[in-house]
Amino acid sequence: MPTVSVGRDRLYAALGRTYTQEEFEAICFEFGIELDDVTTEKAIIRKEKHLDDDGEVDGDDEVIYKIEVAANRYDLLCLEGLSRALRVFTGTEANPKFKISSIPHGSTLQMFVKPQTSQIRPYVVCAVLRGVSFDEARYNSFIDLQDKLHQNICRKRTLVAIGTHDLDTLKGPFSYEALPPQEINFIPLKQEESFRADKLMEFYKSDMKLKKFLHIIENSPVYPVIYDSNRTVLSLPPIINGAHSAITLKTKNVFIECTATDLTKANIVLNTMVTMFSEYCKNKFEVEPVEVVSHDGSKTIYPDLSCYQMEVSLSDIVGPIGISLDEAQVISLLNKMQLQAESCRSKGESRISVSVPPTRSDILHARDLVEDVAIAYGYNNVPKSKPKCMTIGGRQPLNRFSDKIRAEVARAGYMEVLTFILCSREENFDMLNRTHDINKAVIIANPRTSEFEVVRTSLMSCLLKTLKHNIDHPRPIKIFEVGDVVTLDGSRDVGASNNRRLAALYCNSQSGFEEIMGLVDRIVKVVRAPHINFGQNYYFPTNVSIYILYPFKIVTSDGKQIGYLGIVHAEVLRKFGIPDPCTFVEIDIEALL
Amino acid sequence: MADKPSPDVEACLLSHLNSRGEVPDSRSYASSLGVSHKELEDVIKSLSAFRIVESTDVTKETWVLTEEAKGYVANGSPEAQLVAVIPPEGASKDVLKEKLGSVFDIGMKTAAKNKWIGFEKGNKDLVLRKVDNIKDELQEQLKRLESGESASDKVIDDLKRRKLIMKEKSIWYALKKGPQFVAKRKKLATDVTQEHLRSGDWKEIEFKDYNFGAQGQPIAVGYVQPLLEVREAIENIFLQMGFSEMPTNNFVESSFWNFDALFQPQQHPARDSHDTFFLEAPAATKQLPEDYLEKVKEVHQSGGYGSKGYGYDWKREEAEKNLLRTHTTAVSTRMLYKLAQEKPFAPKRYYSIDRVFRNEAVDRTHLAEFHQIEGLICDYGLTLGDLIGVLEDFFSSLGMSKLRFKPAYNPYTEPSMEIFSYHDGLKKWVEVGNSGMFRPEMLLPMGLPEGVNVIAWGLSLERPTMILYGIDNIRDLFGPKVDFNLIKSNPLCRLGL
Repeated sequence: MPTVSVGRDRLYAALGRTYTQEEFEAICFEFGIELDDVTTEKAIIRKEKHLDDDGEVDGDDEVIYKIEVAANRYDLLCLEGLSRALRVFTGTEANPKFKISSIPHGSTLQMFVKPQTSQIRPYVVCAVLRGVSFDEARYNSFIDLQDKLHQNICRKRTLVAIGTHDLDTLKGPFSYEALPPQEINFIPLKQEESFRADKLMEFYKSDMKLKKFLHIIENSPVYPVIYDSNRTVLSLPPIINGAHSAITLKTKNVFIECTATDLTKANIVLNTMVTMFSEYCKNKFEVEPVEVVSHDGSKTIYPDLSCYQMEVSLSDIVGPIGISLDEAQVISLLNKMQLQAESCRSKGESRISVSVPPTRSDILHARDLVEDVAIAYGYNNVPKSKPKCMTIGGRQPLNRFSDKIRAEVARAGYMEVLTFILCSREENFDMLNRTHDINKAVIIANPRTSEFEVVRTSLMSCLLKTLKHNIDHPRPIKIFEVGDVVTLDGSRDVGASNNRRLAALYCNSQSGFEEIMGLVDRIVKVVRAPHINFGQNYYFPTNVSIYILYPFKIVTSDGKQIGYLGIVHAEVLRKFGIPDPCTFVEIDIEALL
Repeated sequence: MADKPSPDVEACLLSHLNSRGEVPDSRSYASSLGVSHKELEDVIKSLSAFRIVESTDVTKETWVLTEEAKGYVANGSPEAQLVAVIPPEGASKDVLKEKLGSVFDIGMKTAAKNKWIGFEKGNKDLVLRKVDNIKDELQEQLKRLESGESASDKVIDDLKRRKLIMKEKSIWYALKKGPQFVAKRKKLATDVTQEHLRSGDWKEIEFKDYNFGAQGQPIAVGYVQPLLEVREAIENIFLQMGFSEMPTNNFVESSFWNFDALFQPQQHPARDSHDTFFLEAPAATKQLPEDYLEKVKEVHQSGGYGSKGYGYDWKREEAEKNLLRTHTTAVSTRMLYKLAQEKPFAPKRYYSIDRVFRNEAVDRTHLAEFHQIEGLICDYGLTLGDLIGVLEDFFSSLGMSKLRFKPAYNPYTEPSMEIFSYHDGLKKWVEVGNSGMFRPEMLLPMGLPEGVNVIAWGLSLERPTMILYGIDNIRDLFGPKVDFNLIKSNPLCRLGL
């Protein structure tokens, strides 16, 4: 979940009143956001620099609220949107109405899209904010919102990248092109000299912030670039803007371009930017359109600030919640959530028509309206009820059987342990002298550390590891685990299957081979069933193994091997750091079900 | 217990007390019986332990004879011994010394002082006896002291100086009948034996009291893992509520069943390699239900079923990518799809508790694998109110009866609620789980009838267990580093009692 940092005092000023922290937390809880942390700029800097409480740092003492918001509510990612939503929720403000300004025919700014862009980043959408009045706080919020959007919906700029420019330094029409990097030259933001695009990429490899975006275009023969009519570079998306058109506190007219690989998300991002910051325009909530002219000549006007129209019945809304409200109550609750609703008639029936504003891209289905009405009504005010359906409970036979085996082994005096399914290649293969097993194992493609490289194919390394961590425990040590291993299995849709195993380990000054045999004898005795048979003798010597000394396989009367036992090889014990002899058994209990 | 006291001493003492009522001085009583005080003392201690006699310690400091002095009592003082061995004609010093040994020198000195001996003129070597009878005062003094008589200070000083007496602290006892007094003590048995049962003498025998201060014998037992004990308790709650278990023994899952079928868009952050373990082998799923896949693709790309969809290009390769399931909801999804294919529709309550995997940094409260508890109900017309009602039943069985619900976001549930419970120990509301109603975009493409809703909730097994047992590091509860002593000493899980 994304977290938004806002100054407490600015937030309360925007809300038009102050709250105690408890009161504010209560509102957050009700609305579905969370006051995650209360801090100051100074404390944040101290934390970054790992200083203690009295370390001298720059920064403000203003109290900062860190507020966690839902991941699909891009309109809550800045103070402007957050405070607007809370004002509407608490009923102190009506829903804003966003408007596209009407401009004389032929004077609409244009963006021409060149065909090569489809090779790398095919979409661009734009808009203009006129007569914006920035101050430092608003400016910072404007920059922060771009950051937050880049981190979240833009998926670290892969899907969408935002460029904002001082329109008065540029001259339209604009063009969105894709050119070989050697042909692009410009002075990037925060630099003094001009760079060729390929050199610039090289230069940014050492830039902590920008280097993580380079991969998006690095290996492409062409880089996306936006020019104005004087061939001034606006930006090299999704990496960096040009220095020429940089926004300052004095900027009045802002040109916003969003380049993308996903047009739906580009629109959401552009709409979020303009609906949040048109609040500071001379004509509040009014946005100037830009015409994007595709290489095939088709023209589209952006931004699209139209409302998404939905029509629902009263029962569609209150039914899934389990409350009874009338139409007027539902309409008023929807309005509290910035959803403009009104009563209408369709085919002679009374319906509720809902206009979903461009800020609420999260609303996809009537079910989303249900949630908003439930939130506005108060989750904790919904009367509780009981599902009526009669059903009979029951367990999975394999799990019930596993529990019976677990109980049997515990009754035999063994201690149950519970270990991880993920382990390192070394533990599961090399340390057990079983490197050939790697061909049937599930291998993790992106392990964070070597602890999570493979899925275990046997419980042996898990029990030995557990023993090693308790090596000073009084002998004899008798441990067991019932758990799953996974191996490749071509007969399954996903290509792998679990297998339920019982493993037990005995460790003492002597191997305890007979102890483990005694346990196996007990298991064999209790699992007998008409379909599970064992002969007089069910231990058979097996091929000389490299991980077990004196290996024996356990075989049913129809010749199926269900497990093996033996003394753990001295070489394996040495690798696990275990000084005492151990006997180990592992049985496929799925085969005994 | 010391050596068995000789029965006649015990019998004498008890009969003496029975007739006389008391023994004022155990020392003199011992000598009257002709036994050592030590022997009597053992009997007294044994009888006192059973409160048959009551003994009071008497302590006194007395002068006792040294080993040297005891020799003088028996054989006479050195001077007397000397006089006794001198023949009438006298004897040479060498002869006398040979006869007397160490006492010769001391005897010579005192005998000369007492004028009991003399020397021939001109021959200092020949010792002559000067008296016929002597009175051996030293011997008599020592005898008197030994029998307990007192002596004058002068005598004491003199004997002390000669190292013939020394001070000794002596303890003896004054005895009377104790509260459990009996004229004859019964023999106590220490344990019930086969023999007692066979002969029937257990009826007469009295048994020694059991020493409850001692520890019992350690017993050889087996143990079950504490986390799995809690799992069993929670399973029982589900079973009581009519839920049946889902088969969750498939850790490897496709992105399709883990994400796409749940209407989780392909660009969702959870599908990032930072959060999910993708697989090198088996890298991709080859088999997916084609008809259903088309419907899932459609609802993601352009919606349907009343939804506008996400509006992006859905890619099959993304859906085919294999992973270790990030939630057991992947299994719930398979189960609901299966249920949707069964006609006519029958309502279900399903649960599972099993392993899920997250490619997260490991710390005190996070592991790369943990257990997810999940419950769901599928039926016509289920409501958010029903969900709240079920959650209250479920969580109050876990000892969490005060619940609050917070709006939340989850791609496959709408409405979504985080579940908070008031923790009396921590004095605050803590998040205990997540819940919601599955989205129509998830259920309708499966073929579930319109109007069927699914209410579901999930939580981890580890977190409530840590709160229950006061464990603050998850690795102390689960994994190879768990201390065997924790497993051995963990109390019974009382959830649901």
